[in-house]
Amino acid sequence: MKNKINWLLIHLELILVALFVIIPIVWIIMSSLNTGNGLASASFIPKELTFDNYKRLFTDSNYSKWFLNSFIVAALNAVISVMLIMLTAWIMSRFRFRGRKTGLMAILLLSMFPTFLSMTAIYTLFWNFRLLDKPVALVIIYAAGAIPYNVWLVKGYLDGIPGEIDEAAYIDGSTYLKTFTKIVLPLSRPIITYCAVSQFMMPWMDYILPNMLLSSDESRTLAVGLFGMISGKENSNFTMFAAGAVLIAVPITILFMFFQKYLVQGIAAGANKG
Amino acid sequence: MAVSQVNLRYAMGINMKKKQGMVLLSLLIWGSGQFIVAKQRVKGSLFFLAQVLLLGTELFTGYWLNYFAGQISDFSIRLYGGFFTKGLWGLITMGSVEGIKGDHSTILLINGIIAFMGFIILMGVYIVNVTDAYKQGILLDSLGRKEILKRNKLSTKKKAFPYLILMPAAIVIILIVLMPIIFSVLTAFTNYDMNHLPPAHLVDWVGFENFTKLVSVPIWSKTFLTVLIWTIIWAVAATFSTYFMGLLQALMLSSKYVKHKGLFQAIYILPWAIPGMISLLVFKNLLNGQFGPFNQFLLDTGIISERIPFLTDPVLAKISILAVNLWMGFPTFMVMLLGVLANQEESLYEAARIDGAGKLQVFRRIKLPLLMQATAPLIIMNLACNFNNFGAIYFLTGGGPTNSNLQFAGDTDILISWIYKLTLDQRMFSMAAVMNILIFLFIAVVSLWNFSRTNAFKEM
Repeated sequence: MKNKINWLLIHLELILVALFVIIPIVWIIMSSLNTGNGLASASFIPKELTFDNYKRLFTDSNYSKWFLNSFIVAALNAVISVMLIMLTAWIMSRFRFRGRKTGLMAILLLSMFPTFLSMTAIYTLFWNFRLLDKPVALVIIYAAGAIPYNVWLVKGYLDGIPGEIDEAAYIDGSTYLKTFTKIVLPLSRPIITYCAVSQFMMPWMDYILPNMLLSSDESRTLAVGLFGMISGKENSNFTMFAAGAVLIAVPITILFMFFQKYLVQGIAAGANKG
Repeated sequence: MAVSQVNLRYAMGINMKKKQGMVLLSLLIWGSGQFIVAKQRVKGSLFFLAQVLLLGTELFTGYWLNYFAGQISDFSIRLYGGFFTKGLWGLITMGSVEGIKGDHSTILLINGIIAFMGFIILMGVYIVNVTDAYKQGILLDSLGRKEILKRNKLSTKKKAFPYLILMPAAIVIILIVLMPIIFSVLTAFTNYDMNHLPPAHLVDWVGFENFTKLVSVPIWSKTFLTVLIWTIIWAVAATFSTYFMGLLQALMLSSKYVKHKGLFQAIYILPWAIPGMISLLVFKNLLNGQFGPFNQFLLDTGIISERIPFLTDPVLAKISILAVNLWMGFPTFMVMLLGVLANQEESLYEAARIDGAGKLQVFRRIKLPLLMQATAPLIIMNLACNFNNFGAIYFLTGGGPTNSNLQFAGDTDILISWIYKLTLDQRMFSMAAVMNILIFLFIAVVSLWNFSRTNAFKEM
């Protein structure tokens, strides 16, 4: 009897929390299938289902353009960040040279300064170098911002790989760079996956910097474009926003689920810094 | 003739101390001591290249050549200075001619910072060059050239390699991360605001005026304290509410009664997987006070008789933000704690139970402290993140509802969203920069304290 009551109570709690989690998600999916434009007309159980909002995304807005911009920024960011992070972390972990400790402490301090607090300077810098309104230029900010924190993370990981492995390769006549690409990189696949995936996912929903640096509708990224749809008072494009949100949330959610193991490991390692 | 000259120089070199000769040469022409006396061609050329870079940039970006040729009668650095001199001049004065066609203070400031950093780096190279000449000179005097060449061939390449590989990352960090931070810090000591917007107006240095304003002008200090207190409450409440909800769900899921653990876990992870900004914007609409479906639902079912201003009432808005954050944040802790729970020794709890401890007692006295200890770094990292959780505030309430007793801050504004408003809406760049510095100090102290206790720090 006691077992049954326990079973019931625990499942009741689990189901309640599941509902708490799921209802907003179901609501936004339903809204995206609603007829009508505004928030008020987005009822939980629509009278009729329609894919019009999804079609309108591609005909009435620059959604595909925004998607492409975001994708290019995200992909480039993943590649460039990972290259810079891995090289820097490898040097910091395996070589002993003057200024190493100072450099490590310096980037540790730098990683504590939120990037977007320096927006005025970045804006002026971009204006100076004629980089405003160019989505690709965002990559350099993201990559630079990613280095400090992730270098510490990856350095911690590399420190855990015995140095004897590289030493053996050097004795066999391998060069530095060859050892890096043939031995260090393959051994650090989990942490590379973490860096690449997290750097790929980040730009999709970053709002502040792209909003400030990109002015024309064509060059916007998804986050800025989607926000623009509902920033008006009357939310007249709400159902279209819902469609756009669902359309981008689904692939990112799947990506997250797929790489969940690596992301969890990466965060745990980041909190412990190795 | 040529042969005898070489011999003569060689003979002189042996007679006088090489150390002194090398240092003297390298003091004037960078790397020349290494190149000529020690025959370290590559190293010497690299040092010389740095000097060429310094002088060449300065000469060809400025009008020094015209000046030396006497073509410029009234010379001023403002008009005719090169990259470094004009940069430093801009950094110090931030311009002297007002108006659209005059000086642009912030650009001068940025160029000044870049020039100054470049100058410092090249000066560093110069100092290394001289000390290296001194060291090599001593070695030459005591060991002789052959021995040194043999040693250096290997070690120079080995020593230079890390610096070479780090160069791209270093340049990017210095330009994109460090330069803006220096700019932001310096802005705190200027009068850069709405009334001093370049290019129409000049910005000036004002010393600690902005800092004293924060303390002595009541509305500033009052706003700062109000916002700071809410920021701290928010960070602590947001972190611990998600922690304990995560813990609760983790314990529930690992209970022996649950058969479909995977199914529930997959559902609970959704809020973590969905991009945060989308979730926040969805909740903003869901909780909308006028058209929001949540209000509509409560009205239709007769639970309430008039709509609740979830996001526009000062107290309700704070509660709503925490609730939404709970929705978004608990899965992270749940997953982390599930991992910790799976690795725990059951025997420890068994032993306590045999000693007569009740279930609750075991949990409170043994299990919870152990879990907290295992996840302490995560909690602290989460606290630091929430302290600066711009998105949760900005996308949900925009910091609102506005509070007329505060200086441009709403009731739910945390420091970082207030800074954002001061910068973008009010254009009070200097006051925003003061706040930046304070936030940075706060975060840095907490994080460094947290970090100094980890192994990574001790093994650095």
